[in-house]
Amino acid sequence: MINFEYIRASSVKAAVDALAKNPTGGFIAGGTNLIDLMKRGVTVPTRLIDINNLPLKEIEESKTGISIGALAINSEVAENELIKNNFPLLSMAFAAGASPQLRNMATVGGNMMQRTRCTYFYDTTMPCNKRQPGTGCGALNGYNRMHAIFGTSEKCIAVHPSDMCVALAALNATVEVSGIKGERKILFTDFHRLPGETPDKDNTLQKGEIITGVTIPFNSFNKNYYLKIRDRASYAFALISVAVALEIKDGIIKKASLAMGGVAHKPWRLTDAEKYLIGRPVDPGHFQKAAYLAMKGAKGYGQNNFKLKMVPIAINEALTKAIA
Amino acid sequence: MDKNLKKEGRRDFLKKSTALAALTIATPAIIKAGENDERIAALFEKIPLNLEVNGVVHSLSVEPRVTLLDLLREQLHLTGTKKGCDYGQCGACTVHVDGKRINSCLTLAVMNEGKKITTIEGLADGDNLHPMQNAFIKQDGFQCGYCTPGQIMSGIACINEGHANSREEVQEYMSGNICRCGAYPNIVDAVMQVKKEGSNHD
Repeated sequence: MINFEYIRASSVKAAVDALAKNPTGGFIAGGTNLIDLMKRGVTVPTRLIDINNLPLKEIEESKTGISIGALAINSEVAENELIKNNFPLLSMAFAAGASPQLRNMATVGGNMMQRTRCTYFYDTTMPCNKRQPGTGCGALNGYNRMHAIFGTSEKCIAVHPSDMCVALAALNATVEVSGIKGERKILFTDFHRLPGETPDKDNTLQKGEIITGVTIPFNSFNKNYYLKIRDRASYAFALISVAVALEIKDGIIKKASLAMGGVAHKPWRLTDAEKYLIGRPVDPGHFQKAAYLAMKGAKGYGQNNFKLKMVPIAINEALTKAIA
Repeated sequence: MDKNLKKEGRRDFLKKSTALAALTIATPAIIKAGENDERIAALFEKIPLNLEVNGVVHSLSVEPRVTLLDLLREQLHLTGTKKGCDYGQCGACTVHVDGKRINSCLTLAVMNEGKKITTIEGLADGDNLHPMQNAFIKQDGFQCGYCTPGQIMSGIACINEGHANSREEVQEYMSGNICRCGAYPNIVDAVMQVKKEGSNHD
């Protein structure tokens, strides 16, 4: 690992200022992805600002929802009673992600900021528009079994690897950020972005901004399920995952929120399927139709063509398990 | 045979040869760095670090880029914690920080200021092994043994976290520790044995 300057920040303002003074620097929280990237030379910060001492670890209830500090540890959020009772979908997604050791280190903000695990992004001898803009996309005509089928561009077909983020997208969360110009809020579904012409940008965070927390509004979803399909039974990134949150009353779907992981550059909301399901009775035929509608615009790139068949089956299965 | 040589283990030899190798590269590195004074400061600046390892308080000075794993192995010579993949994929480097299991390869040593670390060396009480260590022996929970320190640290945490209520749950919550020999069934047996018998250790 190439050495760097190390600073411990004692306040959010100090952290933001320290980064502003050195734009080639970065924040470090859990470090589980950043240190990995630094060892491989994918990310080479000249200054690391350790933000672990900032007071951003609390999980707090308000009248409208629950806010989670950016530095709350993944395992602690997953097992928190407020979260388990109000947002079981989020706890399920956490339990499906990484390993117990990593979940004891990873923070909520860091989970959002993690980079794709595309092998071309990780291999510094390979072309990658995300790592080095203008070099091309190695995955487009290469090894792309793990890659995206929705919202891709010719520049990048990488996927966002998080499970937590898929649940937060389905739960209509909001991200709170702080920067030199002050604080602002970003809808979770607007936080990560599609690759377009600039796949080097994973999200809509402005230069120098820091995530301070995430707020999830209370909801009336009484059926929740997180389905994750991977190459082994545990501790692997998703081939695809499906987050389902439904409000069902008297056999009618009153509300539906669906999101997928492993299929796009960001957590992928299934808005067409949601619209179709709302107001309809719980019925296997309707689940299948919703899954079919969700496939609009899907495109395979060779090795990942299997996802075109697997995704509708998975959506159907997740919906079925949610109501079971 | 030379008496001294006989006494020396493989590790002692490795330590010496590593120190020698460090000396031989030190000279050109300093000369090169001399061309740019600012770079020297960045490259050689060490940060004071206080932490407790297995009940012993250490006041150290480390480069920011040193991981907790490398600090334990290279500076404190606690080589029980293993470096498997060094990328958080295998769990061989699992240690407890303030009672929680983590991958020591993915945390910088300097991020652990004031923390209490427990490694595999800190489990036994003299010649009395920790119940999890005994269980691994009794259940034959290892073959080559390289993943074993990490497995044992993880197994203890798995029980402490309350995630050892069934074989299936143990399998899921031990999934961060890879065993290339495939001793998994016996590792699960060991964790289940300790869970069943109860453990008055941490």
